[in-house]
Amino acid sequence: MRAEQKETMIKNWYKFSAGGVSVLGLAIVLLIILLAVFAPVIAPYPEDAGAVVKFSESSLAPSMQHLMGTDTMGRDVFSRLLISLRSSLLMGILVLAIAVPVGFVVGVLAGYFKDTWIETVLMRIVDIFLSVPALVLALAIAAILEPNLKNSMIAITIMWWPWYARLSFGVASSLRTENYIVYAELTGAKLSHIVFKEFLPNTFDQILTKMTLDMGYVICMGATLSFVGLGEQPPTPALGNMINDGVKFLPDMWWLAIFPAVTIIIIVLGFNLLGDGVGNIFNVEGK
Amino acid sequence: MDNVILEIKDLKKYFPLANGKTVKAVDGVSMKLFKGETLGLVGESGCGKSTIAYTVVGMYGATDGEVLYKGTNLAAKGYKRTLEQKGEIQIVFQDPGSSLNSRRTIEKSMEVPLDIHDKMPKEKKQERIESLLEMVGLPKEYKNKMPRNIGGGERQLVSVARALATNPELIILDEPTSALDVSVQAKVINTLIDLQKQLEISYLFITHDLSLMRNVATRVAILYLGRLCELAPTAEFFRAPLHPYTQMLLSSIPVATEEEEAIKPEQIISQGEIPSPVNAPKGCTFHTRCKDCMEICKTKPPVMVEVGPEHFVCCHKYAEKSEGQGRPEEC
Repeated sequence: MRAEQKETMIKNWYKFSAGGVSVLGLAIVLLIILLAVFAPVIAPYPEDAGAVVKFSESSLAPSMQHLMGTDTMGRDVFSRLLISLRSSLLMGILVLAIAVPVGFVVGVLAGYFKDTWIETVLMRIVDIFLSVPALVLALAIAAILEPNLKNSMIAITIMWWPWYARLSFGVASSLRTENYIVYAELTGAKLSHIVFKEFLPNTFDQILTKMTLDMGYVICMGATLSFVGLGEQPPTPALGNMINDGVKFLPDMWWLAIFPAVTIIIIVLGFNLLGDGVGNIFNVEGK
Repeated sequence: MDNVILEIKDLKKYFPLANGKTVKAVDGVSMKLFKGETLGLVGESGCGKSTIAYTVVGMYGATDGEVLYKGTNLAAKGYKRTLEQKGEIQIVFQDPGSSLNSRRTIEKSMEVPLDIHDKMPKEKKQERIESLLEMVGLPKEYKNKMPRNIGGGERQLVSVARALATNPELIILDEPTSALDVSVQAKVINTLIDLQKQLEISYLFITHDLSLMRNVATRVAILYLGRLCELAPTAEFFRAPLHPYTQMLLSSIPVATEEEEAIKPEQIISQGEIPSPVNAPKGCTFHTRCKDCMEICKTKPPVMVEVGPEHFVCCHKYAEKSEGQGRPEEC
């Protein structure tokens, strides 16, 4: 059994790394996670994450003292960037942790009860959410609620779960006539058994692949909301509000906007490459 | 006889089509299944044999008629099967690829009926699964394997073992061997026969392989376009087939030895195609292909008559001979 597991792991690693760049993606993601977790320790000026004003060090270009320069308040951009990684990753994790199970259950139920009113009701709700452009919907929700990190997460979650519902719906509606499902029904299995023991293992691959890819997009969406002022509020740093602060001073003080922007690009790229590799393990095609 | 475990009475199952017509998949079938026997239900593709199986096991409701299991009509409108009945009637499907969840180990698949019908602590469950695997002749280490890592015949044996988990009294075997290699077929069939001897399970064995029935079935029933043609004990059935359709089927079995050649009936070339069950011929449904077709066959459906002990035929040729003994209902 042990040897078999080891063999499977080697096989999976082979499939994962076959694309080449997936390993780079994994490295980027691990690095980001490490930086986020140890941000308060690594950051040279952790106190700069708050409402600190140091006029003597205001608007300095990148140097050895301040790797990414300082902003107009004299706060270290590098430190603020590291701290902001934490809320970004937290957003990705929490949003998916809620959106995925909700979407899965809704989608599987709709797929399992295909051609009944249950499917009609559930999938029309999903369609309504999907028919509104995602960003517009998130902006609207975040604007109705009080602008803060928690509410921006709620907004993104509300617009994200329908994708998982549709994914699970596709899998469940094609598997529901498989004999093992029919067997479970005939033998008297409860609905919860069919959903979590029969459908879940079969949907797992595709969900995990999509989740990895989506982490980057959720973080990007969170940054967008925070860019327009609907996410984390100043003085707490977030990738979006840091860019927003910085664009006013382009191109002279380029370091204010460019570093957070490049960070977003690297995060999205990292999760994308990782997601491709995960998809290769499970033979899941594209998105 | 009193030890009837399953009695199907005038079972009908129609499927409506989008264009307003109906497919009469099963159109008035009656038969009995005795405890501990194997009833072979044989017919060509589309004759309704799987529909009967699925109706008995509860995948479909019946359009009309009764499915009496130990005297309870399972096909009654609005009747909900008890958990006990669901455990006692089990099914083994044709396609070994789809009968086990490809993403779960054999052990997990076999836990399904156990968790529902026979809750027990984890260690006892492990033992039970191992003993079930051994009953069907598989090594107990197989429980840790994934379905894709074992052969089609072995997967089918796992399905049988899973069906045994609930201590069933009736197992519906829906063409359990037709997707398998001949060499593997023999193993599955032998296992099924051994299990029946040990456990006194009744089998409703659905197949299109008539020659297989010679060794397996206690009695054989022939189905054509949703109706029974002939129902007889196996020996009698192969020795003296009466219905023209049965004769045609038997004569088309390929033979390998001279011994078989000697007892083989003269080949009857089948005429025409099977009519569609949407538009079944009037009168006897077989009259369009029958070599002995008479005028009456084209207008009047024949009735089931008992021509010998437990030997029933549904054909006008034998109707007069046993006037008065015939069952009242149409076959």
